[in-house]
Amino acid sequence: MTNITLGQYLPGTSPLHRMDPRTKLCSLFIFIIALFMAKGPASYGLCVLFTAFAAILSQVKLKLILRSLRAIIFIVLFTAALNLLYTPGEEIFKVWIFTVTREGARIACAMAVRIILLVAQSSLLTFTTSPMSLTDGLETLLSPLKKIKVPVHEFAMMMTIALRFIPTLSDETNKITSAQKARGADLESGGLIKRAKALIPILVPLFVSSFRRADELATAMECRLYRGGEGRTRLHELKYGKVDAAGYAITVIVSAGVIVLARVFGL
Amino acid sequence: MIEFKNVSFAYEEGAKNVLSDIDLEIKKGECVAVLGHNGCGKSTLAKLMNGILIPTAGDVFVNGLSTRDEERLFDIRRAAGMVFQNSDNQIVSSIVEEDVAFACENLGMESAEIRKRVDEALSAVDMLEYRTHAPHLLSGGQKQRVAIAGVLAMEPQALILDEPTAMLDPRGRREVLDTVLGLNREKGMTVVLITHHMDEAALCSRVVVMHEGRIALTGTPKEVFSQVEKMRELSLDVPQTVKLLYELDSSLDLTALSVKECADQIEKYLRG
Repeated sequence: MTNITLGQYLPGTSPLHRMDPRTKLCSLFIFIIALFMAKGPASYGLCVLFTAFAAILSQVKLKLILRSLRAIIFIVLFTAALNLLYTPGEEIFKVWIFTVTREGARIACAMAVRIILLVAQSSLLTFTTSPMSLTDGLETLLSPLKKIKVPVHEFAMMMTIALRFIPTLSDETNKITSAQKARGADLESGGLIKRAKALIPILVPLFVSSFRRADELATAMECRLYRGGEGRTRLHELKYGKVDAAGYAITVIVSAGVIVLARVFGL
Repeated sequence: MIEFKNVSFAYEEGAKNVLSDIDLEIKKGECVAVLGHNGCGKSTLAKLMNGILIPTAGDVFVNGLSTRDEERLFDIRRAAGMVFQNSDNQIVSSIVEEDVAFACENLGMESAEIRKRVDEALSAVDMLEYRTHAPHLLSGGQKQRVAIAGVLAMEPQALILDEPTAMLDPRGRREVLDTVLGLNREKGMTVVLITHHMDEAALCSRVVVMHEGRIALTGTPKEVFSQVEKMRELSLDVPQTVKLLYELDSSLDLTALSVKECADQIEKYLRG
């Protein structure tokens, strides 16, 4: 468990990797709006093309992207089936109590494409951005919210620390599990409730030690002059470059294209 | 540099004193080992040195500033950096260099200055090549060196280490000790090393032995460790070299701390 990867970041040097996390987050947001405005085959087609373009640019293996889609296949099928069967309209055929309509088929396809593109784009973001720079990007983007007293810095710091401690706590869980097994704890047999109960002797020590860790970490942070986000600078200041300008330009043009196609021409 | 004046400390009001009547002065450039059993108050002593704890009675001064002065606590902590036993619980970030930068970021430095300090601190502990690694993939000794670098980056005048080697294997211990002693010798860093290993204390320039919240003995390692009977009374061990000579003949000169000194003594003894 020591070589656990955080999130699903794949280090690389592609243009998407070099892009500022803020650009990627904003672009994703703009693209999602466009995706939800899309209407006909032409606008959806453009969305698919844009996603394919981003995927090629990211140099992430197609297999990995498909694997991240596998997790949502049930949701896609379920949503598509519901839309297919329960949308009223012009009947194509009827089996027992289920009626498939032309509108239903259209909406089902649209929904499936929407969900797939949404997840594919989000995975591209997490594939090409390390959790740390993602946190940095979010903190900077959300920093205007500080004015209305949203503790943005504190949330970002919590995320950083949580990410830092995932491998540590996972190691610790393994140790405690082994220790309890050595004392004869039975963790593998029995029904769901019995197994859930068997987790208690693992969770209790884990919680106790997490609190101790949190306390020590807080002291250590104070010793290193931490006093909240005010006046804090960063080792890696986020900087926009040429690749970001290109990223924004392409995203805005494509999204505008999608919206115009869908809303003006109804395609 | 760090001065204790008649300091007593209890964790709760009315509870038994953990420390009583401590008078101690640590001078600039010194390398002081604080030695003692578990529960003798040596960790408490460390925590008093940079204002994590405030004395119940008496005063602690760092560079002439009292730790009671909350306004100056920031300056005190900047001057006296602290490294703890468990390196896992003091590393904040999942990238080595970002963790080392933490203190500088808190100080609000320019990015270029932070870069410079981070590289310097990492070279000082010989970890520069690991700067983009994830801390959880490093060995115990390496993690503790990263923690030391994290403190060095704020350029403190004194380094207080609370049992930094207690959780390490012999190799990790060696790495950390070499780093700390090197900082003292080459850069003149004031070092306070809290430990329960006699051989670590023997490498320092002064030893303070704590017993039941009081300073029981103080002096150079040779002065302290040659008092074998007194050390036994405090149920503390002495380095093996001294022990060997003592068992051989307690009237011998017991100041041998290195193997060579010990061998010379035995040779002299055998020749009569």
